[in-house]
Amino acid sequence: MSKKRMTLFDVLNVFLIGSFSIAVLYPFWQTVVLSFSGPSSASSLGVHLWPDHWMPDAYKFVFSYQDIAAAYLNTILRTVVGTVIIVCTTLLVSYPLSKRDLPYRNYFTIFFLIAMFFSGGMIPDYLLIKNLGLLDNRLALILPGAVNVFSIIIMRNYMMTIDKGIEESALIDGAGYFTILGKIMIPLAKPVIATVALWAAVGHWNAWFDAMIYIRDPSKTVLQMVVRSMMVDMDLSQTQFGGGGGMTNANLLLSNVRAATVMISIGPIILIYPFAQKYFIKGIMIGSLKG
Amino acid sequence: MSTVTPLAERPSVRKTNENWVRAKRMKALYLMMLVPMILLFIFHYVPMYGIMVAFKKFSPGLGIWNSPWNHFEHFKGLFHDFLFTRALRNTLIISILKLAISFPAPIVLAVLLNEIKNGMFKRVAQSISYLPHFMSWVILASMVGEVLSPQRGVVNYVIQLFGGQPINFLSDTHFFIPVLVLTDVWKEIGWGAIIYLAAISSINTDMYEAADVDGAGRFKKMLHITIPSLIPMIVIMFILSLGNILNAGFDQILNLYNPMVYGVADIIDTYVYRRGIEQFQLDYATAVGLFKNVVGVILIIGANTIIRRRSEHGIW
Repeated sequence: MSKKRMTLFDVLNVFLIGSFSIAVLYPFWQTVVLSFSGPSSASSLGVHLWPDHWMPDAYKFVFSYQDIAAAYLNTILRTVVGTVIIVCTTLLVSYPLSKRDLPYRNYFTIFFLIAMFFSGGMIPDYLLIKNLGLLDNRLALILPGAVNVFSIIIMRNYMMTIDKGIEESALIDGAGYFTILGKIMIPLAKPVIATVALWAAVGHWNAWFDAMIYIRDPSKTVLQMVVRSMMVDMDLSQTQFGGGGGMTNANLLLSNVRAATVMISIGPIILIYPFAQKYFIKGIMIGSLKG
Repeated sequence: MSTVTPLAERPSVRKTNENWVRAKRMKALYLMMLVPMILLFIFHYVPMYGIMVAFKKFSPGLGIWNSPWNHFEHFKGLFHDFLFTRALRNTLIISILKLAISFPAPIVLAVLLNEIKNGMFKRVAQSISYLPHFMSWVILASMVGEVLSPQRGVVNYVIQLFGGQPINFLSDTHFFIPVLVLTDVWKEIGWGAIIYLAAISSINTDMYEAADVDGAGRFKKMLHITIPSLIPMIVIMFILSLGNILNAGFDQILNLYNPMVYGVADIIDTYVYRRGIEQFQLDYATAVGLFKNVVGVILIIGANTIIRRRSEHGIW
């Protein structure tokens, strides 16, 4: 480990990891290029490293497309509300379950664990949402995932490692459990809360299947579904986009527009990624801790 | 010998009483869990009642309870249904291929990353490697479609550069499954490597120093220290992924496939989706889903039992 000499293996290894990194990034970069290109460069075969000229037309088109604005708002709304709810339920369950002296703790743990391993399945879930009258309601995107058992396990495991001394002295001073959760546990569990919140936020931001089966009204749909419906259109016809609906723009291909939509919908993740990624990793490490 | 312990003093009864007293003192803690439990009950346990649909001739007008019983007819039909057996076969083929390739890939990446001496390069490469993990398959499928596109894609460009014919990877039954496996590796390899890198970083450095003294080279150290130290983690991860064998990747396939490749790409989950949500045959689709769920739970419990028997680790 102490020798600093570069061997053939080092060179090969750096080359290998380097090309792998490029292979990971290239599809993202091609999307950037495509989103700024016109139809001529977009329809030519080849390595797309730079558009022949940068043109923002696809973005203009996407932003003028009314469903996108609604979908963006819906995605932001569900991400914010959904994340807050998941963090709250996770805290409310993991704190009691982290207390080893809580009577009947195992029964409660089992109640939550079963939900992780067994579910009704796609159709019974759909029937429930339908019977509750939540079809085409934004609540159908938030409530079914409001309790995340995996997050609960991670948070509970973390809270079990927190020294209970402070908690006991607070109890003696007459603090209630809600006060302890709010004033002691939450500040001490900040790293896990950040992790759980980030995971929940990414999950909500990327979710699409629930919107696909529960939401029909285009004004209530989410960004991912807009990207997806553009893909489905693409499969049906490779023709130029924008022919109908009075949005004619012969300078764009559907693929340009789709790339721009993809860019817009991954923008926030890409922007926070460099700052947030250390929390993502912290989360998986905390998760592998044994309780 | 004949003394009878009064009921209230028997250990089990005393324990129950103590528990009850303590529980009353801690009732705020139960109160905390109330709302999450109600939510979980409604959105997770109530649908389990809907499983009954699998045993009924379901008509939405009559509702779950009033629809006539159909007993095990749907399940009997499963194995005579060519589309189901095809989906089951495809699920197993795709899962096993992913297990054989996507499973070891992160281990290789972790070991290689660990051998990189330049800290900056290592960190950047690692951050890049798990970027796709944070994107949905909707987004990634759109990117995969572009890269593999016969009209624009770089892959077909290279193929033509070497004199080949362009290939429509996503509509070709021979290429679709390799595309599934490779894009799965592309998406998850970096994320999977994190846990192995964590395991590597916890290896005692004394072992490497001792090996240095004994004159072991890089490969000897990799082979005799790094990889053996990873084995407990590899075993756990492998058994866990065995429990997932009936999940061949619903999100990925639903976003990548098309009718031309149904023959090789239709898995149980996509079949349930099409039968249930698109064709509205809710009862049959529920039966298919239930079959998958039950087998999945048996596999997960079996897998966890094996882990616990082999080591003190386990997922619960």
